Amino acid sequence: MAAKTLTVDGRQISAENHTTILQAATDAGIKIPTLCHLDGVYDVGACRLCLVEVKGTTKLLSACTTRVYEGMEVTTNSERLQKYRRMTLELLFAERNHTCAVCVANGHCELQALACELGMDHVRYDYCSPKWGVDATHPFLGMDHNRCILCTRCVRTCWHIEGAGTKNVAGRGTKSYIINDLNEPWGESETCTSCAKCVLSCPTGALFHKGATVGEMERDRSKLAFIVNAREKKQWVV
Amino acid sequence: MGRLKLATVWFGGCAGCHMSFLDLDEFLIEVAGQIDLVYSPIVDCKEYPEGVDVALLEGAICNEDNLELLHKIRARTKVLVSFGDCAVTGNVPAIRNQLGPDNTTNVLQCAYIDNAQENRRLPTHDGIVPALLARVVPVHEVVPVEHYLPGCPPPADRIKAVLTQILAGKPPHLEGAQLKFG
Repeated sequence: MAAKTLTVDGRQISAENHTTILQAATDAGIKIPTLCHLDGVYDVGACRLCLVEVKGTTKLLSACTTRVYEGMEVTTNSERLQKYRRMTLELLFAERNHTCAVCVANGHCELQALACELGMDHVRYDYCSPKWGVDATHPFLGMDHNRCILCTRCVRTCWHIEGAGTKNVAGRGTKSYIINDLNEPWGESETCTSCAKCVLSCPTGALFHKGATVGEMERDRSKLAFIVNAREKKQWVV
Repeated sequence: MGRLKLATVWFGGCAGCHMSFLDLDEFLIEVAGQIDLVYSPIVDCKEYPEGVDVALLEGAICNEDNLELLHKIRARTKVLVSFGDCAVTGNVPAIRNQLGPDNTTNVLQCAYIDNAQENRRLPTHDGIVPALLARVVPVHEVVPVEHYLPGCPPPADRIKAVLTQILAGKPPHLEGAQLKFG
Protein backbone atom coordinates (compact mmCIF):
# COMPACT_ATOMS: atom_id res chain seq x y z
CA MET A 1 0.00 0.00 0.00
CA ALA A 2 1.33 3.40 -0.99
CA ALA A 3 2.45 5.57 1.91
CA LYS A 4 2.26 9.34 2.01
CA THR A 5 4.66 11.57 3.86
CA LEU A 6 3.28 14.69 5.48
CA THR A 7 4.17 17.23 8.14
CA VAL A 8 1.96 17.64 11.19
CA ASP A 9 2.91 20.45 13.59
CA GLY A 10 6.42 20.46 12.14
CA ARG A 11 6.83 16.70 12.57
CA GLN A 12 7.33 14.46 9.56
CA ILE A 13 5.01 11.48 9.67
CA SER A 14 3.95 8.87 7.17
CA ALA A 15 0.50 7.45 6.66
CA GLU A 16 -1.18 4.99 4.34
CA ASN A 17 -2.91 6.37 1.28
CA HIS A 18 -6.58 7.32 1.89
CA THR A 19 -5.93 7.85 5.61
CA THR A 20 -7.58 10.91 7.13
CA ILE A 21 -5.49 13.62 8.83
CA LEU A 22 -7.16 12.67 12.12
CA GLN A 23 -6.18 9.01 11.79
CA ALA A 24 -2.64 9.81 10.65
CA ALA A 25 -2.14 12.25 13.53
CA THR A 26 -3.63 9.86 16.09
CA ASP A 27 -1.36 7.04 14.86
CA ALA A 28 1.61 9.38 15.28
CA GLY A 29 0.56 10.26 18.83
CA ILE A 30 -0.65 13.77 17.97
CA LYS A 31 -3.99 14.46 19.60
CA ILE A 32 -6.68 16.40 17.74
CA PRO A 33 -9.90 17.02 19.70
CA THR A 34 -13.10 15.52 18.30
CA LEU A 35 -16.57 14.64 19.50
CA CYS A 36 -18.16 13.08 16.41
CA HIS A 37 -15.39 10.67 15.36
CA LEU A 38 -15.91 7.15 16.65
CA ASP A 39 -13.62 4.23 15.92
CA GLY A 40 -15.54 1.73 13.84
CA VAL A 41 -17.89 4.02 11.91
CA TYR A 42 -17.22 6.38 9.02
CA ASP A 43 -16.61 10.11 9.63
CA VAL A 44 -18.96 12.95 8.74
CA GLY A 45 -17.26 16.08 10.12
CA ALA A 46 -20.27 17.03 12.25
CA CYS A 47 -18.75 18.57 15.38
CA ARG A 48 -16.11 20.82 13.73
CA LEU A 49 -13.76 20.46 16.70
CA CYS A 50 -11.05 18.70 14.69
CA LEU A 51 -10.59 21.67 12.35
CA VAL A 52 -6.96 22.03 11.25
CA GLU A 53 -4.96 24.38 9.05
CA VAL A 54 -3.52 22.96 5.84
CA LYS A 55 -0.88 24.96 3.96
CA GLY A 56 -2.15 26.14 0.60
CA THR A 57 -5.71 26.90 1.69
CA THR A 58 -7.05 29.60 3.99
CA LYS A 59 -10.08 27.46 4.88
CA LEU A 60 -10.04 25.38 8.01
CA LEU A 61 -10.54 21.70 7.20
CA SER A 62 -12.00 18.99 9.40
CA ALA A 63 -9.21 16.50 10.08
CA CYS A 64 -11.64 13.57 10.20
CA THR A 65 -12.88 14.02 6.63
CA THR A 66 -9.75 15.31 4.89
CA ARG A 67 -7.41 12.71 3.43
CA VAL A 68 -3.66 13.02 3.54
CA TYR A 69 -1.54 13.70 0.48
CA GLU A 70 2.14 13.73 -0.25
CA GLY A 71 3.89 16.82 1.12
CA MET A 72 0.81 18.03 3.04
CA GLU A 73 1.62 20.51 5.81
CA VAL A 74 -0.85 20.44 8.69
CA THR A 75 -1.10 22.62 11.80
CA THR A 76 -3.36 21.21 14.52
CA ASN A 77 -3.07 23.66 17.40
CA SER A 78 -2.44 27.28 16.33
CA GLU A 79 -3.83 30.22 18.28
CA ARG A 80 -6.46 30.67 15.57
CA LEU A 81 -7.57 27.04 15.89
CA GLN A 82 -7.70 27.25 19.67
CA LYS A 83 -9.89 30.32 19.36
CA TYR A 84 -12.34 28.63 16.99
CA ARG A 85 -12.41 25.37 18.97
CA ARG A 86 -13.25 27.20 22.16
CA MET A 87 -15.96 29.10 20.29
CA THR A 88 -17.44 25.91 18.81
CA LEU A 89 -17.39 24.22 22.20
CA GLU A 90 -19.13 27.16 23.88
CA LEU A 91 -21.78 27.21 21.16
CA LEU A 92 -22.43 23.51 21.77
CA PHE A 93 -22.98 24.25 25.46
CA ALA A 94 -25.19 27.27 24.69
CA GLU A 95 -27.34 25.51 22.10
CA ARG A 96 -29.02 22.87 24.32
CA ASN A 97 -29.37 22.26 28.03
CA HIS A 98 -26.14 20.71 29.27
CA THR A 99 -26.65 20.81 33.02
CA CYS A 100 -23.62 18.74 34.04
CA ALA A 101 -24.56 18.72 37.74
CA VAL A 102 -27.73 16.69 37.14
CA CYS A 103 -26.63 14.70 34.07
CA VAL A 104 -26.39 10.91 33.97
CA ALA A 105 -23.04 11.24 32.19
CA ASN A 106 -21.46 13.67 34.70
CA GLY A 107 -17.80 12.64 35.01
CA HIS A 108 -18.01 10.29 32.01
CA CYS A 109 -18.88 12.80 29.30
CA GLU A 110 -16.68 13.61 26.32
CA LEU A 111 -18.17 17.11 25.98
CA GLN A 112 -17.49 17.90 29.64
CA ALA A 113 -13.98 16.42 29.43
CA LEU A 114 -13.18 18.45 26.33
CA ALA A 115 -14.32 21.64 28.08
CA CYS A 116 -11.73 20.90 30.80
CA GLU A 117 -9.06 20.08 28.25
CA LEU A 118 -9.62 23.24 26.21
CA GLY A 119 -9.77 25.44 29.31
CA MET A 120 -13.41 26.48 28.98
CA ASP A 121 -14.17 28.15 32.33
CA HIS A 122 -17.41 29.80 31.16
CA VAL A 123 -19.62 30.26 28.09
CA ARG A 124 -19.57 33.74 26.57
CA TYR A 125 -22.79 33.29 24.58
CA ASP A 126 -26.30 33.58 25.95
CA TYR A 127 -27.81 30.17 26.62
CA CYS A 128 -30.63 29.29 24.22
CA SER A 129 -32.45 27.17 26.86
CA PRO A 130 -34.63 25.44 24.26
CA LYS A 131 -37.47 23.17 25.26
CA TRP A 132 -36.64 19.58 24.35
CA GLY A 133 -38.20 16.48 25.73
CA VAL A 134 -36.93 13.11 26.88
CA ASP A 135 -38.07 9.97 25.05
CA ALA A 136 -38.52 7.43 27.83
CA THR A 137 -40.87 5.10 25.93
CA HIS A 138 -38.31 2.35 25.42
CA PRO A 139 -38.42 -0.33 28.15
CA PHE A 140 -34.81 0.12 29.25
CA LEU A 141 -33.18 2.87 27.15
CA GLY A 142 -33.75 6.61 27.11
CA MET A 143 -32.99 9.59 24.86
CA ASP A 144 -32.59 13.08 26.31
CA HIS A 145 -32.51 15.65 23.51
CA ASN A 146 -31.34 18.30 25.98
CA ARG A 147 -27.89 16.70 26.08
CA CYS A 148 -27.57 15.92 22.35
CA ILE A 149 -24.83 17.62 20.33
CA LEU A 150 -25.99 16.13 17.02
CA CYS A 151 -22.70 14.32 16.43
CA THR A 152 -24.75 11.53 14.76
CA ARG A 153 -22.55 8.79 16.19
CA CYS A 154 -25.73 6.93 17.21
CA VAL A 155 -27.20 7.22 13.71
CA ARG A 156 -24.04 5.87 12.08
CA THR A 157 -23.72 3.13 14.69
CA CYS A 158 -27.36 2.10 14.26
CA TRP A 159 -27.14 1.95 10.47
CA HIS A 160 -23.63 0.64 9.95
CA ILE A 161 -22.72 -1.49 12.95
CA GLU A 162 -26.10 -2.87 14.00
CA GLY A 163 -27.65 -2.44 10.54
CA ALA A 164 -31.06 -1.63 12.00
CA GLY A 165 -31.46 1.90 10.62
CA THR A 166 -33.71 3.04 13.46
CA LYS A 167 -31.95 6.29 14.34
CA ASN A 168 -32.20 9.22 11.94
CA VAL A 169 -31.91 13.00 11.94
CA ALA A 170 -34.97 15.22 11.44
CA GLY A 171 -35.28 18.99 11.09
CA ARG A 172 -32.90 21.74 10.06
CA GLY A 173 -30.22 23.77 11.85
CA THR A 174 -30.62 24.17 15.61
CA LYS A 175 -34.05 22.51 15.30
CA SER A 176 -32.42 19.27 14.11
CA TYR A 177 -32.90 16.30 16.36
CA ILE A 178 -32.46 12.56 16.49
CA ILE A 179 -35.56 10.50 15.75
CA ASN A 180 -36.46 6.82 15.73
CA ASP A 181 -37.86 5.46 12.46
CA LEU A 182 -40.22 8.08 11.00
CA ASN A 183 -40.28 10.06 14.25
CA GLU A 184 -42.05 7.48 16.36
CA PRO A 185 -41.66 7.00 20.11
CA TRP A 186 -38.59 4.83 20.63
CA GLY A 187 -40.64 2.22 22.48
CA GLU A 188 -42.88 1.76 19.44
CA SER A 189 -40.08 1.37 16.92
CA GLU A 190 -40.42 -1.78 14.83
CA THR A 191 -36.84 -1.66 13.58
CA CYS A 192 -34.97 -1.10 16.87
CA THR A 193 -33.33 -4.33 18.01
CA SER A 194 -32.69 -2.91 21.52
CA CYS A 195 -28.98 -3.69 21.06
CA ALA A 196 -28.05 -0.43 22.92
CA LYS A 197 -25.01 0.16 20.70
CA CYS A 198 -26.28 3.74 20.21
CA VAL A 199 -25.96 4.21 23.97
CA LEU A 200 -22.38 2.94 23.79
CA SER A 201 -21.59 5.42 21.03
CA CYS A 202 -23.05 8.57 22.63
CA PRO A 203 -20.39 11.06 23.81
CA THR A 204 -22.74 12.81 26.27
CA GLY A 205 -25.72 11.90 28.44
CA ALA A 206 -28.19 12.07 25.52
CA LEU A 207 -28.56 8.29 25.31
CA PHE A 208 -28.66 6.32 28.52
CA HIS A 209 -29.75 3.17 30.25
CA LYS A 210 -32.86 3.79 32.29
CA GLY A 211 -32.19 3.63 35.99
CA ALA A 212 -28.81 5.34 35.68
CA THR A 213 -28.79 8.40 37.89
CA VAL A 214 -26.41 11.38 38.05
CA GLY A 215 -22.89 10.38 37.05
CA GLU A 216 -23.72 6.69 36.68
CA MET A 217 -23.79 6.44 32.90
CA GLU A 218 -20.44 4.88 32.04
CA ARG A 219 -19.76 3.13 28.75
CA ASP A 220 -17.07 1.13 27.07
CA ARG A 221 -16.86 2.47 23.53
CA SER A 222 -14.07 0.05 22.60
CA LYS A 223 -16.76 -2.63 22.32
CA LEU A 224 -17.93 -1.00 19.10
CA ALA A 225 -14.46 -0.97 17.57
CA PHE A 226 -14.11 -4.60 18.66
CA ILE A 227 -17.26 -5.61 16.77
CA VAL A 228 -16.20 -3.79 13.60
CA ASN A 229 -12.69 -5.18 13.75
CA ALA A 230 -14.03 -8.69 14.23
CA ARG A 231 -16.43 -8.32 11.34
CA GLU A 232 -14.12 -6.67 8.83
CA LYS A 233 -10.75 -8.16 9.66
CA LYS A 234 -11.89 -11.40 11.34
CA GLN A 235 -9.65 -10.46 14.24
CA TRP A 236 -11.09 -11.10 17.68
CA VAL A 237 -8.79 -8.77 19.55
CA VAL A 238 -9.91 -8.21 23.12
CA MET B 1 -1.24 46.14 51.38
CA GLY B 2 -3.57 45.69 54.32
CA ARG B 3 -5.69 42.65 54.91
CA LEU B 4 -7.69 41.60 51.88
CA LYS B 5 -11.35 42.50 52.16
CA LEU B 6 -13.24 39.38 51.11
CA ALA B 7 -16.97 38.97 50.61
CA THR B 8 -18.96 35.84 49.79
CA VAL B 9 -22.47 36.19 48.42
CA TRP B 10 -25.38 33.78 48.12
CA PHE B 11 -27.66 34.39 45.11
CA GLY B 12 -29.93 31.73 43.57
CA GLY B 13 -28.15 28.55 44.57
CA CYS B 14 -28.40 25.76 47.11
CA ALA B 15 -25.60 27.03 49.42
CA GLY B 16 -23.58 23.96 48.44
CA CYS B 17 -20.72 26.22 47.30
CA HIS B 18 -20.66 27.82 50.74
CA MET B 19 -20.73 24.37 52.35
CA SER B 20 -17.72 23.53 50.20
CA PHE B 21 -16.11 26.80 51.33
CA LEU B 22 -16.52 25.70 54.94
CA ASP B 23 -15.03 22.38 53.88
CA LEU B 24 -11.69 24.21 53.57
CA ASP B 25 -11.30 23.19 57.24
CA GLU B 26 -7.98 24.30 58.77
CA PHE B 27 -7.14 26.39 55.70
CA LEU B 28 -9.94 28.70 56.87
CA ILE B 29 -7.90 29.47 59.98
CA GLU B 30 -4.88 30.23 57.81
CA VAL B 31 -7.01 32.47 55.57
CA ALA B 32 -8.63 34.18 58.55
CA GLY B 33 -5.24 35.66 59.45
CA GLN B 34 -4.91 37.29 56.04
CA ILE B 35 -8.40 38.57 55.26
CA ASP B 36 -11.32 40.47 56.65
CA LEU B 37 -14.56 38.70 55.80
CA VAL B 38 -16.66 41.82 55.36
CA TYR B 39 -19.89 40.33 53.98
CA SER B 40 -21.17 36.76 53.80
CA PRO B 41 -24.16 34.55 54.67
CA ILE B 42 -22.05 33.53 57.68
CA VAL B 43 -21.34 37.13 58.73
CA ASP B 44 -23.90 39.33 60.44
CA CYS B 45 -23.81 42.28 58.02
CA LYS B 46 -26.93 43.53 56.28
CA GLU B 47 -25.46 46.11 53.88
CA TYR B 48 -22.83 45.21 51.29
CA PRO B 49 -19.87 47.47 52.18
CA GLU B 50 -17.77 49.78 49.99
CA GLY B 51 -14.21 49.02 48.94
CA VAL B 52 -14.33 45.22 48.85
CA ASP B 53 -11.28 43.61 47.21
CA VAL B 54 -12.64 40.21 46.20
CA ALA B 55 -16.15 38.74 46.19
CA LEU B 56 -17.04 35.08 45.65
CA LEU B 57 -20.51 35.00 44.12
CA GLU B 58 -22.51 31.81 44.51
CA GLY B 59 -25.75 31.24 42.61
CA ALA B 60 -27.51 32.37 39.47
CA ILE B 61 -29.32 35.69 39.12
CA CYS B 62 -32.96 34.69 39.56
CA ASN B 63 -34.93 37.59 41.01
CA GLU B 64 -34.98 41.38 41.31
CA ASP B 65 -33.20 41.35 44.67
CA ASN B 66 -30.33 39.34 43.15
CA LEU B 67 -30.13 41.81 40.28
CA GLU B 68 -30.10 44.91 42.45
CA LEU B 69 -27.53 43.48 44.87
CA LEU B 70 -25.30 42.33 42.02
CA HIS B 71 -25.11 45.82 40.52
CA LYS B 72 -24.26 47.20 43.97
CA ILE B 73 -21.57 44.54 44.42
CA ARG B 74 -20.03 45.28 41.04
CA ALA B 75 -19.84 49.00 41.86
CA ARG B 76 -18.23 48.33 45.26
CA THR B 77 -15.86 45.45 44.45
CA LYS B 78 -12.53 45.23 42.62
CA VAL B 79 -12.56 41.54 41.68
CA LEU B 80 -15.61 39.35 41.15
CA VAL B 81 -15.32 35.57 41.06
CA SER B 82 -18.24 33.50 39.74
CA PHE B 83 -18.28 30.82 42.40
CA GLY B 84 -19.78 27.47 41.30
CA ASP B 85 -21.86 26.29 38.35
CA CYS B 86 -25.01 28.32 39.11
CA ALA B 87 -23.04 31.57 38.98
CA VAL B 88 -21.01 30.42 35.95
CA THR B 89 -23.71 28.73 33.84
CA GLY B 90 -27.12 29.25 35.47
CA ASN B 91 -27.10 25.49 36.17
CA VAL B 92 -30.16 24.03 37.94
CA PRO B 93 -31.96 27.33 38.71
CA ALA B 94 -31.83 28.13 34.96
CA ILE B 95 -33.70 24.96 34.03
CA ARG B 96 -36.94 26.95 34.33
CA ASN B 97 -35.81 29.03 31.32
CA GLN B 98 -36.74 26.02 29.18
CA LEU B 99 -40.39 26.65 30.00
CA GLY B 100 -40.31 29.83 27.91
CA PRO B 101 -41.27 33.45 28.59
CA ASP B 102 -44.11 32.49 30.96
CA ASN B 103 -41.91 30.31 33.13
CA THR B 104 -42.20 32.51 36.22
CA THR B 105 -45.98 32.01 36.27
CA ASN B 106 -45.63 28.30 35.50
CA VAL B 107 -43.10 27.47 38.22
CA LEU B 108 -44.96 29.42 40.90
CA GLN B 109 -48.26 27.86 39.85
CA CYS B 110 -46.67 24.41 39.97
CA ALA B 111 -44.99 24.91 43.37
CA TYR B 112 -47.55 26.97 45.28
CA ILE B 113 -50.91 25.98 43.75
CA ASP B 114 -50.85 22.67 41.85
CA ASN B 115 -48.65 20.71 44.24
CA ALA B 116 -49.46 22.53 47.48
CA GLN B 117 -51.23 20.54 50.18
CA GLU B 118 -52.75 23.57 51.86
CA ASN B 119 -52.64 27.40 51.79
CA ARG B 120 -52.79 27.44 48.02
CA ARG B 121 -51.77 30.95 47.10
CA LEU B 122 -48.90 32.71 45.38
CA PRO B 123 -46.38 34.35 47.70
CA THR B 124 -46.69 38.05 46.87
CA HIS B 125 -45.76 40.94 49.11
CA ASP B 126 -44.34 44.10 47.62
CA GLY B 127 -40.99 45.02 49.07
CA ILE B 128 -40.58 41.67 50.82
CA VAL B 129 -40.93 38.86 48.29
CA PRO B 130 -38.82 39.77 45.25
CA ALA B 131 -40.31 39.16 41.81
CA LEU B 132 -38.69 36.44 39.71
CA LEU B 133 -36.82 37.50 36.58
CA ALA B 134 -38.25 36.22 33.30
CA ARG B 135 -34.91 34.51 32.63
CA VAL B 136 -32.41 33.10 35.12
CA VAL B 137 -28.94 34.21 34.02
CA PRO B 138 -25.33 33.52 34.97
CA VAL B 139 -23.56 36.41 36.73
CA HIS B 140 -21.41 37.40 33.72
CA GLU B 141 -24.53 38.01 31.61
CA VAL B 142 -25.35 40.92 33.94
CA VAL B 143 -21.99 42.43 34.95
CA PRO B 144 -18.36 41.79 33.94
CA VAL B 145 -16.72 39.04 35.97
CA GLU B 146 -12.96 38.73 36.46
CA HIS B 147 -12.61 35.02 37.29
CA TYR B 148 -14.55 31.77 37.12
CA LEU B 149 -14.53 28.94 39.65
CA PRO B 150 -16.75 26.17 38.22
CA GLY B 151 -18.00 23.02 39.94
CA CYS B 152 -21.22 21.85 41.55
CA PRO B 153 -20.04 22.49 44.13
CA PRO B 154 -16.39 23.40 43.48
CA PRO B 155 -14.40 21.00 45.68
CA ALA B 156 -12.58 22.61 48.61
CA ASP B 157 -9.14 22.10 47.04
CA ARG B 158 -10.29 24.03 43.96
CA ILE B 159 -11.49 26.93 46.14
CA LYS B 160 -8.19 26.74 48.01
CA ALA B 161 -6.24 26.91 44.75
CA VAL B 162 -8.07 30.09 43.73
CA LEU B 163 -7.86 31.75 47.16
CA THR B 164 -4.16 30.93 47.50
CA GLN B 165 -3.41 32.56 44.17
CA ILE B 166 -5.53 35.62 44.99
CA LEU B 167 -3.83 36.02 48.38
CA ALA B 168 -0.46 35.79 46.64
CA GLY B 169 -1.56 38.68 44.44
CA LYS B 170 -1.74 36.59 41.28
CA PRO B 171 -4.68 36.28 38.88
CA PRO B 172 -6.10 32.82 39.67
CA HIS B 173 -5.67 30.24 36.97
CA LEU B 174 -7.35 26.83 36.88
CA GLU B 175 -6.87 24.17 34.24
CA GLY B 176 -7.72 20.59 33.32
CA ALA B 177 -9.78 18.66 35.87
CA GLN B 178 -9.91 21.78 38.08
CA LEU B 179 -12.30 23.29 35.52
CA LYS B 180 -14.84 20.45 35.58
CA PHE B 181 -18.46 21.51 35.55
CA GLY B 182 -20.89 19.41 37.53
